[in-house]
Amino acid sequence: MIEISGVSKSFVLHNQGSAVIPVMKDADLHVEPGECVALVGASGAGKSTLMRMIYGNYLANAGRIVVGGVDVARAEPRDVLALRREVLGYVSQFLRVVPRVPTLDVVAEPLLNLGVDRAEARGRAEDLLGRLNIPERLWALSPTTFSGGEQQRVNIARGFAHTFPALLLDEPTASLDVKNRDVVLNLIKEAKARGAAIVGIFHDEAARDHVCDREVDVTGFTPKAAA
Amino acid sequence: MTQDYNFAYLDEQTKRMIRRAILKGLAVPGYQVPFASREMPMPYGWGTGGVQVSASILTPEDTMKVIDQGADDTTNAVSIRKFFEKTAGVATSEETSKADVIQTRHRIPEQDLREDQILVYQVPIPEPLRFLEPRETETRKMHALEEYGLMHVKLYEDISKNGAISTSYAYPVKVEGRYVMDPSPIPKFDNPKLEMAAVQLFGAGREQRIYALPPYTRVVSLDFEDYPFEPSKADHACDLCGSDTSYLDEVIMDDAGGRMFVCSDTDFCRSRRAAGHVGAQGVPFEEDAA
Amino acid sequence: MTPLFQVKDLSKFYGNRIGCKDVSFDLYPGEVMGIVGESGSGKSTLLNCLAGHLPPDRGEVLFDTRTDGMRDTIQMSEPERRMLGRTDWAFVHQHARDGLRMGVSAGGNVGERLMAVGARHYGDIREQAIDWLGRVEINADRVDDRPSAFSGGMQQRLQIARNLVTGPRLVFMDEPTGGLDVSVQARLLDLLRGLVREMGLSAIIVTHDLAVVRLLADRLMVMKDGHAVETGLTDQVLDDPQHGYTQLLVSSVLQV
Repeated sequence: MIEISGVSKSFVLHNQGSAVIPVMKDADLHVEPGECVALVGASGAGKSTLMRMIYGNYLANAGRIVVGGVDVARAEPRDVLALRREVLGYVSQFLRVVPRVPTLDVVAEPLLNLGVDRAEARGRAEDLLGRLNIPERLWALSPTTFSGGEQQRVNIARGFAHTFPALLLDEPTASLDVKNRDVVLNLIKEAKARGAAIVGIFHDEAARDHVCDREVDVTGFTPKAAA
Repeated sequence: MTQDYNFAYLDEQTKRMIRRAILKGLAVPGYQVPFASREMPMPYGWGTGGVQVSASILTPEDTMKVIDQGADDTTNAVSIRKFFEKTAGVATSEETSKADVIQTRHRIPEQDLREDQILVYQVPIPEPLRFLEPRETETRKMHALEEYGLMHVKLYEDISKNGAISTSYAYPVKVEGRYVMDPSPIPKFDNPKLEMAAVQLFGAGREQRIYALPPYTRVVSLDFEDYPFEPSKADHACDLCGSDTSYLDEVIMDDAGGRMFVCSDTDFCRSRRAAGHVGAQGVPFEEDAA
Repeated sequence: MTPLFQVKDLSKFYGNRIGCKDVSFDLYPGEVMGIVGESGSGKSTLLNCLAGHLPPDRGEVLFDTRTDGMRDTIQMSEPERRMLGRTDWAFVHQHARDGLRMGVSAGGNVGERLMAVGARHYGDIREQAIDWLGRVEINADRVDDRPSAFSGGMQQRLQIARNLVTGPRLVFMDEPTGGLDVSVQARLLDLLRGLVREMGLSAIIVTHDLAVVRLLADRLMVMKDGHAVETGLTDQVLDDPQHGYTQLLVSSVLQV
């Protein structure tokens, strides 16, 4: 489902003496449907960078990143967007939304973008918010004023609203209490059970061991003798 | 009489220039033809456009009639009639049927005109789109491209404010399915009469525009399907001649609220009374008694 | 899928000065493209050339018309182009008063485009106008008020309603949230997002506000000195800018 081969990445800082900072070289990764792979490695080793490249958020300088048949490294913006709409979900660490939009609509939006009927989309959003223990009285409010943990759960609900065949999870269980952590882990297991290919970053080792089938250490992709 | 002026005041070159504008106007009905309007010995707003058109089409044999709001005896009508008596030496008449050229301000005579007559209108603002679109460049383009949605916006505003199309004069019309035209500030009661046998010429002196309607040109008043055009008049009969089909002026008689409705077309009213018709407040007709 | 709108090597010069030069891109149905750059970068010149308000010196601006397929709108006759401008195209001005008739009621403003394409039933026009006022969150009881009695945010929403009432397929927007309070901006952005999604609109939005394009635009074009220096997926261009100017632009945004 997700096939990465020979991916390299460096940042060029044009306004700082055109400094070139290589961050990744010859990265390879294959994730099958129903499989959950954890990216591990020290902080700064490139876990988030790799994940962002899979999502098309960062540009790869070389190599192939094929998700559901689309090479993200080369695809037109509209193809990447279609991929993100239909195939590839992403739960980031931070919630980014239009201010003043009610939580329920934030969560339902990915479904509305797919053309799902409004009532059905809202129903699915209500289910998820309920499972993630967001009190119903908050659903009509914008999540921008919520606590960090609440925002994270809204973000997860939004990421799981549509049953994506491929999912990227960046610290989905960070800043969650035990009860909510278990809800999230169950959501991940359900996604695996329906055949989703998942790439995740988990600092929480217990959580990682609970849902991940194997680990890939990105330190192996770090360019040697950095500039 | 001694001829102190060139015939009909204007010099021959100017008259030829105006005739060309008139011919162009007749060839493109409803289209506003620019022309080099001359200074006339009367202020703008007193019918300088109409006077120049009349001066250009008059022949020495013509009989002329001038009306202002339907009346032959108001200041504007009298002074323009005198003007042509003096500068052209033409015969004048107050009788619609005897006139070859009728210059009018704000009315169409009640009596149907004939093919051998010409009706000349005095026009203050020829551009029907002006109050909605102040830019001349833009209104010209709108005419050229037949973009007349804006005209209906005006009627829409009328209905939304007043519950009906309240525009009661200078009611916009579409000419031969092409140009939207301001028929000058005639009451909308007169709009159906714009389809007539006589040639109609419109002159705007200050705005320097001439436009025209050839005989029997199709003229449609703009409206909405659910708010159709309705020519309206005071729901009354003339108190002098009893006509219930003519356009009426309301005249306040005293400080106690007394009023009467009379035909705005004085010649029409006089001829009806001469034929023996008597209205509610009228007295039997006697020649030269009024 | 074929593009709705194609721009090929578009250039506009002001004497020796470059307005915009060699700009090319394709826009597909439902796509929203942002054009960012600082004042004087040529983004407004480009937008005006695209929308037919300025004649470009070179290049093609192709639009997939309903009747004849792809047509170069620069080669179209003026009546055709103006017809396009009030049917399949819409233009939202930065200042609402440039895009509204301030002396005409809200209903008349929205109804004008309908009447311009031949609507002649007052009741239907009014009903559609009220429906559209509702869609841009203006109460039906304001339908007979003039826009001069509206707040800035309401005026902008009215302008959007007036533009979208004929169901256009391509909307040009020039700084649609410029000059509005931040609180009003957010509401307008959410409204625009919803309308774009529900109507399947394609849009080209010129702005200098990177937050606006992040929320509204699928794709981004970065302009500098009349040239398109970088294009790509919006979040990719903002989070991983490749061109030095884009890096400067992104790093210059104040964090709140």
